Amino acid sequence: MKRSPMAILWNVLFYLFVVAIVVYAIFPFYYAIVTSFSTGTALFEIHYWPKVFDLANYKNVLFQRQFPRSVLNSLLIASTTVILALFLAVTASYALSRVRFRGRGLLLMVILAVSMFPQIAVLAGMIEMIKYFGLFNTPFAMIISYTVFTLPFTVWVLTTFMRDLPIEIEEAAIVDGATPWIIITRVFLPLLWPALVTTGLLAFIGAWNEFLFALTFTLSEDQRTTPVAIAMLSGASVQEIPWGPIMAASVIVTVPLVVLVLIFQRKIVAGLTAGGVKG
Amino acid sequence: MTTASTSGPARAMGPSLQQQRARAAFWFLAPMLFALFLVAAWPLMRTIWFSFTDATGNIYDGKFVWFQNYVRVQTLDSGKTMYRGVFFDPKWWNAVYNTVRFSVVSVIFETVLGLVIALVLNAEFKGRGIVRAAILIPWAIPTIVSAKMWAWMLNDQYGILNDILLNLHLISEKIAWTARDDTAMIAVLIVDIWKTAPFMALLCLAGLQMVPRDIYEAARIDGVHPIKVFFKVTLPLIRPAVAVAVIFRMLDALRIFDLVYVLTPNSTATKTMSVISRENLIDFSKFGYGSAESTTLFAILAIFVSLYIWLGRVDLTGETSR
Repeated sequence: MKRSPMAILWNVLFYLFVVAIVVYAIFPFYYAIVTSFSTGTALFEIHYWPKVFDLANYKNVLFQRQFPRSVLNSLLIASTTVILALFLAVTASYALSRVRFRGRGLLLMVILAVSMFPQIAVLAGMIEMIKYFGLFNTPFAMIISYTVFTLPFTVWVLTTFMRDLPIEIEEAAIVDGATPWIIITRVFLPLLWPALVTTGLLAFIGAWNEFLFALTFTLSEDQRTTPVAIAMLSGASVQEIPWGPIMAASVIVTVPLVVLVLIFQRKIVAGLTAGGVKG
Repeated sequence: MTTASTSGPARAMGPSLQQQRARAAFWFLAPMLFALFLVAAWPLMRTIWFSFTDATGNIYDGKFVWFQNYVRVQTLDSGKTMYRGVFFDPKWWNAVYNTVRFSVVSVIFETVLGLVIALVLNAEFKGRGIVRAAILIPWAIPTIVSAKMWAWMLNDQYGILNDILLNLHLISEKIAWTARDDTAMIAVLIVDIWKTAPFMALLCLAGLQMVPRDIYEAARIDGVHPIKVFFKVTLPLIRPAVAVAVIFRMLDALRIFDLVYVLTPNSTATKTMSVISRENLIDFSKFGYGSAESTTLFAILAIFVSLYIWLGRVDLTGETSR
């Protein structure tokens, strides 16, 4: 069967459109990589294709600045926040998804509302609290304040995951006389691992990218997180913006994220759409 | 929902087990509720309290001034009456205008673009996996990094965007996108739409994939035009999913801070509510006034969400459909 010219034309147009979407999505990142390998005058000429391969920008960022320290800060803060949130969220979402009690719907709404909170609304109160506990300009300031968005998010996603687990396993455990705590740790936790990994990864990305709290609660360069460090990266003078090192730093913090996201692609999409679109 | 979890297994077991489970549920919820109280409810209440004081750099120096941060009527010696406070502050209203304009325009573009991309991804073709992976990349890039990447591409002298547009003869001279008052908002919109449209596409795609395939089959056999099928069948079916995605994005847009702060620093054409609140709180040490602005932003968002859920009958928790 020969295809009509019209169908072929539509096919070509369709694929052109697909290519346009892909270019639109990845070009800025591609261009950041190209720029990060350019130095001197090459930086200020426009190249659509990689022309030079110079690691000077990476050396600058990794050895002449406090940037590696910022990466360590971010790693420490994001992983602590995520572990804390997951720990608190597992038991809470068991109660929210498997036990009927009055006001459950309202409680779920409140948790969702907190995750949608404008962070600026808690900023003033948070500054007071952080200063009261003497945590200003320490990683703990971020670990505490990031809980405001990681915790409701993890509770929310884990609750929707747990709702969909079959009721029969739990019934069997109850008949055997298992307490709710045993049910969570022995029955649910092994089933929840994939969900925990996905949720943890999403919360980690959120904490890794956070800017407002990190900008407000850090003062010295060695306490900055990576987003703040990149935003504040400065040159020899105020007018001179070090585009090369900025792009190198951007590529350094983005590549691991992109790799993680591509590995966990399907799970991430499931996690993002959980709750919102289901039901 | 497919799983039948109507009442949990407890109902058949009698009230004592139900009570035991409810008690356990309370203790399981308690640590999470305490943490949320500590990081959300308490700071929010303190912010609201500070908004009624005239606190400055030292936050405990403030006196209680009732609503004077919001509305203050002063009569000058000359007999002229002055209206002050957040509600009469032109800078604040400019920020409100910027935020609303940004949110509405960006969410409209993101939804339409997201739907188009989702429709493409819903078709079966070679390389669909690659496209799906590619559109996740903008979402995975930290906002600050995308702001810097685009700031470089939008650079007036060395930016590639000006170069492309000049080569296409769409502009006649290089534009200082982020610095000019009339283009700064466009620059912010370009970056935000680039970053979030793919995310919207994924949410829309999840909705599209729940539409049964045989509906399309039936429509095709009946000879209904594809465009009509989209508006009469597909769109109504995915409307709930899109409605939820739109409200989430809208709330995100209304509180935007990082992108504006980094891409167009100190531009009055883009300064949003969050940016101006933080500026007063931290940079200008007007702690009480900044708190009043934050509280107003919170109130605006709360009213907006309530209206949207009430008018749109959006079911966010998925409780009623169970």
